[in-house]
Amino acid sequence: MPEIVFHQPGGRVATVETEAGVSVMRAAVQNAVEGIVGECGGQAMCATCHVLVHESVLDGLPPIGDDEEEMLDCTAAPRDPRRSRLGCQLIMGTDLPKVAVDVPETQL
Amino acid sequence: MSPKPSSEPGVVVIGAGQAGVHVADALREGGYHGAVTIVGDEPGVPYERPPLSKGFLVGTTAPESLRLRDPEHFMKRRIKLRIGVAARRVDTVGRTVALADGMRLGYDHLVLATGAAPRGLPIPGSDLTGVCCLRTVADARWLRERMRSARSVVIVGGGFIGMEIAATTRGRGPHTTVLEAADRPLERALSPTMARHLVEAHRRSGVDVRLGERVTGLVGERGHVTGVVGASGHTYPADLVVVAIGVSPRAELAEAAGVRVADGILVDGSLRTTVPEIFAVGDCARHPNVHAGAMVRIESVQNATDQARHVADTILGTVDEPYARLPWFWSHQGELRLQIAGLRGPDEYDVVLGAPESGRFSVCGYRDGRLVAVETLNRPADHQAARRLLQAGVSPDPALLSDHAFDLKDFAKREVPSADRVPRPLPTREEHS
Repeated sequence: MPEIVFHQPGGRVATVETEAGVSVMRAAVQNAVEGIVGECGGQAMCATCHVLVHESVLDGLPPIGDDEEEMLDCTAAPRDPRRSRLGCQLIMGTDLPKVAVDVPETQL
Repeated sequence: MSPKPSSEPGVVVIGAGQAGVHVADALREGGYHGAVTIVGDEPGVPYERPPLSKGFLVGTTAPESLRLRDPEHFMKRRIKLRIGVAARRVDTVGRTVALADGMRLGYDHLVLATGAAPRGLPIPGSDLTGVCCLRTVADARWLRERMRSARSVVIVGGGFIGMEIAATTRGRGPHTTVLEAADRPLERALSPTMARHLVEAHRRSGVDVRLGERVTGLVGERGHVTGVVGASGHTYPADLVVVAIGVSPRAELAEAAGVRVADGILVDGSLRTTVPEIFAVGDCARHPNVHAGAMVRIESVQNATDQARHVADTILGTVDEPYARLPWFWSHQGELRLQIAGLRGPDEYDVVLGAPESGRFSVCGYRDGRLVAVETLNRPADHQAARRLLQAGVSPDPALLSDHAFDLKDFAKREVPSADRVPRPLPTREEHS
């Protein structure tokens, strides 16, 4: 099963296993991972599922779309030029079997 | 909060929607050790409703992604779920809730998150087969099934839900008509500019939107609906009618328990009802809202989740201030992605940013010279900027907005310093392998 590791600002780590086809945001919300809000339901409209992807998995990510690009400019925590992504746009599956992300300090 | 043995009453939450589930989670996240029980009258794992009038109707949202939480989540957090059973009676003296299955739950704090129920049409024929409302996943399944074979769909009510449903039915076969009694839809919630734009966009995509057409009757044959009669005298053929004329708060349980109710369960700034141990949150709660300057009831995910957190913090004793979060909403109607920050009043002065004909623009509403609400269509960055400005109480001079180079996003970044939003830099950590 695809696996997502969430690193919280305080140092706590949560590992979530999920079905293929489920986004990082959705997996986080269904497992109540703190700091991932996903308030727009996954439309790249709200930037409350901002995550900072660990360097080691950056190469496996899909490219950033126009909506995501716009929203990444509005994240509550500062955007990291390389690592910032919206969790709703990262779909777990064969292309992305495993990912580790930092949850930012703030989303709203 | 000190640890409590689980035999003690703890918190009972009535309602397993966004508000109810968030109360329970926020209590656990805040370190609450007592018993937490959620009672919900619908069967199945708690789920979210917004996709029901959008992706779920067209089949792009799978049933599993409706779940608010994984089923195991509740067990892991020691949140008891009493699902598929209604709460029948609250005894405010003995502090117990009687459930329909005969069980009785004691409580220290009771949170009413009972939501709202769709209003029916108080006219002849509304009990015909083929006439429905949309609130629950069961309603949505039924509607989705009917939509497949329907030839003419009439949606009564041009509000958010009605327009969202229209956006899913048109282009999928059935002829779609929206009947709205007012001369413009969402009269109180939307600027005339935005309302007009939405109506025109729906019309262009093939929805027959009739404004100023009050429904006076439903006609049928052999028990099945065949048409909707308008005040104009016209009969609109229909084999499927969706009534989307708003909701009524579910306040009967509170009222029967002696809690004060007036079009919603009345609460104070702490979201506490007239009975001190009982709170109300979400769609069912009429609360003093600082942004509205009035007692209001707000039906939105934001309102449900923010109020839930506030009540949890109040129970935990970690908050003193009254509830003051900025209201915001969204409505996706096909390609029309509308977001609203703040609350409009009746007499706003509007300034439009961007060109409506481009399908991407924002309407900034001013009251007494201050920015109070911003509607954005397909401009999510403006929405985020607006929320930051409104929450911080920063209002750009309306004259600034008429400059073509004005950018709400840049203005918000400049005027609401990021220091307010980013308390601490992220600590560096080792890479996970």
